[in-house]
Amino acid sequence: MSTAVLEVSELTVRFPVGAARLPVVDGVALRLERGKTLALVGESGCGKSMTALALMRLVPKPGRIEAGSIQLEGEEIRELPVAAMRKIRGGRIAMIFQEPMTSLNPVRRVGVQVVEAIRLHEKISRPDARRRAIELFERVGIADAPTRFETYPHQLSGGLRQRVMIAMAIATHPAVLLADEPTTALDVTIQAQILELLRELQRSEGTAILLITHDLGVVAESADRVAVMYAGRVVEEASCRELLRAPRHPYSRALLAAMPAAARPGARLAEIPGTVPPPAQWEQGCRFAPRCEFAVENCRQTVPPLLAFGAGRGVACPIVAAGPCP
Amino acid sequence: MSAALLSNLIVAALVALAIGLAWLVRRRPLWRASARELWRRRPIALAVLGLYACVALLDAVSWVGGQAPDTAAGTSLLAHPRSVVDRLFPADFQERSYSAPLADVEFYGGFKLLHPGAHLLGTDIIGRDVLHQTLRGARVALLIGGLTSLIAIPLALLLGVGAGWLGGRFDDLVFFLISTLASMPSLLLLVALVMVLGTGTAQVCLALGVTGWVGLCRLVRAETLKLRELDYVKAARVLGASDLAIVLRHVLPNLGHLVLISFVLMFSGLVLSEVMLSWLGLGLDGSWGRMIDQARTELSRQPLVWWNLFSASIALFGLILAANLVADALRDVLDPRTATERE
Amino acid sequence: MIAFILRRLAFGAATVGGVLTFLFMLFFLYATPEDMARRALGDKAPPQAISTWIANHGYDRPLAWNPDAPADTLLVEHFRRSLSFDFGRSDADGMPIYQRIREGVGPSLALTLPLFVLGLLFSVALGLVVATFRDSYIDRAGLVLCVLTMSLSILLYIIGGQWLLGTVLRWFPVSGFDTDPAMLLRFVALPVLVGVFVSFGEQTRFYRTLFVEETSRDYVRTARAKGCGDGRVMWRHVLPNALIPIVTHVVVAIPLLFTGSILLESFFGIPGLGSMTVEAIHGNDFATLRAMVFLGSLLFIAAQIATDVLYTLLDPRIRLG
Repeated sequence: MSTAVLEVSELTVRFPVGAARLPVVDGVALRLERGKTLALVGESGCGKSMTALALMRLVPKPGRIEAGSIQLEGEEIRELPVAAMRKIRGGRIAMIFQEPMTSLNPVRRVGVQVVEAIRLHEKISRPDARRRAIELFERVGIADAPTRFETYPHQLSGGLRQRVMIAMAIATHPAVLLADEPTTALDVTIQAQILELLRELQRSEGTAILLITHDLGVVAESADRVAVMYAGRVVEEASCRELLRAPRHPYSRALLAAMPAAARPGARLAEIPGTVPPPAQWEQGCRFAPRCEFAVENCRQTVPPLLAFGAGRGVACPIVAAGPCP
Repeated sequence: MSAALLSNLIVAALVALAIGLAWLVRRRPLWRASARELWRRRPIALAVLGLYACVALLDAVSWVGGQAPDTAAGTSLLAHPRSVVDRLFPADFQERSYSAPLADVEFYGGFKLLHPGAHLLGTDIIGRDVLHQTLRGARVALLIGGLTSLIAIPLALLLGVGAGWLGGRFDDLVFFLISTLASMPSLLLLVALVMVLGTGTAQVCLALGVTGWVGLCRLVRAETLKLRELDYVKAARVLGASDLAIVLRHVLPNLGHLVLISFVLMFSGLVLSEVMLSWLGLGLDGSWGRMIDQARTELSRQPLVWWNLFSASIALFGLILAANLVADALRDVLDPRTATERE
Repeated sequence: MIAFILRRLAFGAATVGGVLTFLFMLFFLYATPEDMARRALGDKAPPQAISTWIANHGYDRPLAWNPDAPADTLLVEHFRRSLSFDFGRSDADGMPIYQRIREGVGPSLALTLPLFVLGLLFSVALGLVVATFRDSYIDRAGLVLCVLTMSLSILLYIIGGQWLLGTVLRWFPVSGFDTDPAMLLRFVALPVLVGVFVSFGEQTRFYRTLFVEETSRDYVRTARAKGCGDGRVMWRHVLPNALIPIVTHVVVAIPLLFTGSILLESFFGIPGLGSMTVEAIHGNDFATLRAMVFLGSLLFIAAQIATDVLYTLLDPRIRLG
């Protein structure tokens, strides 16, 4: 087993709502390995993006990381001073976002924004940084890089903008890349190109990628391991192949069954009854219990821990873990 | 019909309206929740506003008669109707000139006062009780705010909703009207209007209304344009509801928060505008602006007379501050944009 | 782009026409020349004197309809004279208005320009600070201060400032004006100070809202994820974006610099256009007031067009289409 680049445990992010402090991310544990991709999967609002922002220590106010540890290459960064953390952001951990349109500064040229990313972390002259940035543009497959360098975000297509974001992210050879729905806002053909680009970069740089997505097709294509999140908690973690072949947690199963590729042609798609409840209505125990067909009374009372289920696999469901699966 | 009777009737109508509104708010859960939240956030400011409103309303209820004071001119003082606020003070509660708060003698000259030690905030240049004058200012302030809003809000709603909903030529016309009025410097326009129209209460309020409706109209127009494109409004159209029905049922209720917020904001702006008008000699009788304007020269007297300025300023400041705070809280509670942010 | 500017100019011209029409209705239709004469001469003036006054001021024309000479009407005359800046003579003392306006602009600008620059810098800076420390005690204290200063009448600032800093502490002269720069500075300092105080609450709140809205955008998150510090995020990323609404907000305020500050000028004895307006109000001088309103709106309309053009220049999304 290779070494962990980023190891997260018991990560908890809370937001104050009225008098209560709701755990939007609740005791999440993740492990990213060099050159590997971990996919974080779940419906919208389940805390995936918040988890990624928490790893960067960029939880928007008034939210706060209240517990847990974030170890980057063996170094604990949860309590690191702000200045040191700034060095890590965009340096050793980089992030790309879902909306390449709004995620780039609309009134500054895209090249300048990449140069800024380089110069924030390296002592390098402006012309040198510029040269590097143009190389990066070529590297991420932007044709006609010197011209594109001088354009504004609105003049580029969505795919190109995302390539700029990626160029910006890999400018400093980060050990970890957090990709928050990097392809959701793009056309299907562009999606494939961007995923391919990320895979290619990963192969040559050995970057560990945390791929946040709600698209299981993307997962099947790119991930090595998968963590399924529901309502702020990781409910199942497994290798990509195992999870896609035989999901264990009732939620993972439901999620997979709802995927069009899993259904027989002509058959009705399965659906999960109900919706993800908002944080204020979360159960004391297992948060999936209200929508789960196997739930028993105990499910609503106690929080199920992530139980080992075979090698390198964890399922947060005592019912599934205990017996032969129903 | 006498002025006093009319004024009493208006107060009765206003009280009835307030009770009706309160009843309506109680019945609608969403409104009630908003009202609760507002009260939770700004209890003091709301109470202060309520107090001002009470004083103003009580000062508008008046009748003839009462206990005559035992001075020579006593009975003649009772010939005019006196309001509830007036009746808090003796009918002949007047000195000959300035006296300091709670003084026993006149400020200049040292003549004995008729009511030694009774003038809590002193008396002004012609001996009127300053506390009494200050309390009466509340009615003038609320009259300005209320009457002007009565002119400006319906005008803004009518033209704004009309322009936004109908579009086309009518929209062009309203937009042109708004641009024209908005391009004139507001204070200059206000002054010009008051000079031409005259300086009565109705005229001043009309002038304030003409300058005040533009901003709200612009907001209402933009919001209506937005609402018109919303799915449920479109759906109502497709289902064949008449324009008037859609406007009444879907558009106007969704403008309520805008109108309410603008009203409170406008209110403090109007009262402050009146102060400026007073200083230009175009204000209303008995307003705090007048008092402040008169008190201006008093600061250069030796020794200086401060209580007039002080009382009017504090009264004005209290009202404006309370209105501003309530307006902010209202915006937080009602504006859907900030409301979603809170969740 | 050029089509846009042309369309904008056409609408501006139409608005000028609208303003002139409004003024005509207010000053000639509602308040007739006879009313003006009566106000100027008093109620007991003999009819002869009134008609002389009307003739002297050039108001002895048919209102808008003259079959014999269609151009010779008050309406046409009002448009012609206003648009050629021939404002005629004051109704009160017969002085040529245009000349007085020219004399008044200088002193007005001497007050309003420093007031504008200082007020802008002060409130933008404070807005940036409170927005950077959003939801902290600094932010809350700043906001409370803003609401408090907003709730006081400008009259109180003037009276209080004059009395405290002028009369009691004697830091500044209470009022007056001088063309000598050193003296001018002494005279202008107090009104500028008062003016900044009057406007800063509302302005700071405006800029704070603007910055806060801007900081919640996605590109700010990207900048932070790149490793930018708070200061860099604000100066390099938020400010350039916020500049667009700031410019819009600021350019529109420029006409007010020329028309001067009515209250500050007359209280502090600065012989600018504000003082002139006050004199016109006290002297029932409709002609001067009319000229001031027209000039004010003309400048405002020009500024609005300038804003729209500037807007397109500042925002690459519009500039480069």
